[in-house]
Amino acid sequence: MKDNFTTINEDYKYGFSNPEDYLYKAPAGLNEDVVRAISAMKHEPEWMLEFRLKSYKKFMEMPMPWWGNQEIINAIDFSKIHYFVKAKGGTTWDDVPTDIKDTFEKLGIPEAERKFLGGVTAQYESEVVYHSMKKEFADQGIVFLDMDSALKEYPELVKRYFGTVIPFTDNKFAALNSAVWSGGSFIYVPKGTRVDTPLQAYFRINAKNMGQFERTLIIADEASDVHYIEGCTAPSYSADSLHAAVVELVALDGAKIRYSTIQNWSNNVLNLVTKRAAAYRNAVVEWVDGNIGSKLTMKYPAVLLKGEGAHGEILTVAMAGNGQHQDSGAKVFHLASNTTSRIISKSISKGKGRASYRGWVKTIPGAENCVSDVRCDALMFGDESRSDTYPRMEIYEPSTKLTHEATVSRVQDDQLFYLMNRGLSETEASSLIVNGFLEPFTKELPMEYAVELNRLVALEMDGSIG
Amino acid sequence: MSLLSIRNFSVSIENKEILHDLSMEVEADTLTVVMGKNGTGKSTLAYALMGHPAYKVPSGEAIFNGEPIVGMAADKIAKMGMFLGFQQPVEVPGVTVVKFLQTATRALNGGELNYDIFQEELLTVLEKLGIDQSFLYRYLNDGFSGGEKKRLEILQLLMLKPKLAILDEPDSGLDVDAMKVVAEGINMARKNGTAILLITHYKRLLNYLNPDRVIVLADGTLARDGGMELADKIESDGYDFLTSQIS
Repeated sequence: MKDNFTTINEDYKYGFSNPEDYLYKAPAGLNEDVVRAISAMKHEPEWMLEFRLKSYKKFMEMPMPWWGNQEIINAIDFSKIHYFVKAKGGTTWDDVPTDIKDTFEKLGIPEAERKFLGGVTAQYESEVVYHSMKKEFADQGIVFLDMDSALKEYPELVKRYFGTVIPFTDNKFAALNSAVWSGGSFIYVPKGTRVDTPLQAYFRINAKNMGQFERTLIIADEASDVHYIEGCTAPSYSADSLHAAVVELVALDGAKIRYSTIQNWSNNVLNLVTKRAAAYRNAVVEWVDGNIGSKLTMKYPAVLLKGEGAHGEILTVAMAGNGQHQDSGAKVFHLASNTTSRIISKSISKGKGRASYRGWVKTIPGAENCVSDVRCDALMFGDESRSDTYPRMEIYEPSTKLTHEATVSRVQDDQLFYLMNRGLSETEASSLIVNGFLEPFTKELPMEYAVELNRLVALEMDGSIG
Repeated sequence: MSLLSIRNFSVSIENKEILHDLSMEVEADTLTVVMGKNGTGKSTLAYALMGHPAYKVPSGEAIFNGEPIVGMAADKIAKMGMFLGFQQPVEVPGVTVVKFLQTATRALNGGELNYDIFQEELLTVLEKLGIDQSFLYRYLNDGFSGGEKKRLEILQLLMLKPKLAILDEPDSGLDVDAMKVVAEGINMARKNGTAILLITHYKRLLNYLNPDRVIVLADGTLARDGGMELADKIESDGYDFLTSQIS
């Protein structure tokens, strides 16, 4: 079996220079052979193949999640999906839908980058930048690779942490990812090392991150500090309808990780992602998570506060337009004493869009003096949009201090009228209201992302009110 | 030609007619006061002129600066130079006062904003109104006291420099000191060349101003048209004189 694939993909080392050939050989649908093939093609160690196989079995056995949008997820036909690494280059610029091209244009994204983000080119000219970054990181002992390379170059490190925060048994889509994952990022920051600039440029030049089942693992060793930015506000076109990623963060004692995402998948994509962090003693983990695109997103960044004094912070934003369902939220488990957490969730729904907040805060017996603040705000446009809140609180420790605040507001004609009275068009007025509503989120983003997000909000609001 | 010409103007909300067949003119560079009891249609007039979608104009017309404005969207009317100072300004959390002022100034100047000129003007106006600069970084009307909201409306009036400002009870709920600031602002706006259509219940604000004309509305239409003597009369006798004289 392994041999077969080696012959077919002799040139793997340099990427799929001839992806169509591979597409031709591999059938749609999932079975053990496909899983073995993926592993063989990547020349993976035996333990990873075992991990994939047991994940595959679990995936087959597990029921669909009971939460989220049942109608949509139960309609997924797993037999029609291609599970191998889908090399970019399979599409051409002409295949990218016009509305997405227009949005790139309106956001002022350079031509080369547009093609990359459109999933057409695998790389663009800043590869040089990447290489110089790589040198700088290497000098500090920082490992920053795509996951496939990391498995080859740092097998022990990967093996030690891979699948430890999100077990393959976690949920059906995490099991699926565990079976067929490809691409994603791997970061290791050594003890006491602070990475001053957010690791973001990398994403834009690494096509492997754009995969359908990417797998990301970040390990911040003791007292280190890192900010990773995944994605960008520009729309990501994907011909694939299912995106099931897994992101695991490990913040060891005193470490700090901030992970920022703004996903803007094209509106044919089901974005079913499991993101979870383990925070050890006095560690801090912050998720800044924005969801604008996709047809359905089910994503609840989580923090397991495992060590005393750890802090988790989750800031999420969801924007649901016509035909979109954003089912997002946050989870925090207080598993040690004196741990603290804060959740701020903001959602906007307009047209026939639907935004749901799903949250889960838990403290276990003996985890004393935990503090958690939860706040969720929903902003709605028009009469047809929908907003739901599903908070879950499991407090088994009496010394816990928990606050939960929720607001729902509908944009009133009077608000729009007031702003229009000062010369703002209806679109400009709506955008200003939304930008104000999102302010607690955008102020946490690096400036250029905040600016892009604001422009994107204006585009989203354009001509789609009421 | 009048700056604003209202002819046989009727306004209804949810199919109930509030204003009936009102005709009046507002000249450039003047201060016209509109008085009247609660529910006589003063605010209705303001909202209808400014193009609020809930206020329908089944008959009549309003000509502003030579152009008919009935049916026009509020932002278009604003761009023509009409401004409404709200009795109850709305809150927009997350948007700072300064950002809002910049956005509005830019919108009214065809998308252009000269930051240097803007800043200089803003600092001058703040000083004249005795408003602390920290005010600029608060969120628009969010958690503002009644007095602060009114002051912000006046600040906008002075920054945006409209041709005509309709001020809907800028004095309601203010103590004497705050009212003086509002009066000061109105006088400054007049120096900017802004004509004022001032809606109020009481004469007290007028003592600090110099109105050219006082109009009294009753039952949704024009009842009296004159000068300060009308305001004096209302102050001493209340609105009952309107009906008693007619009968």
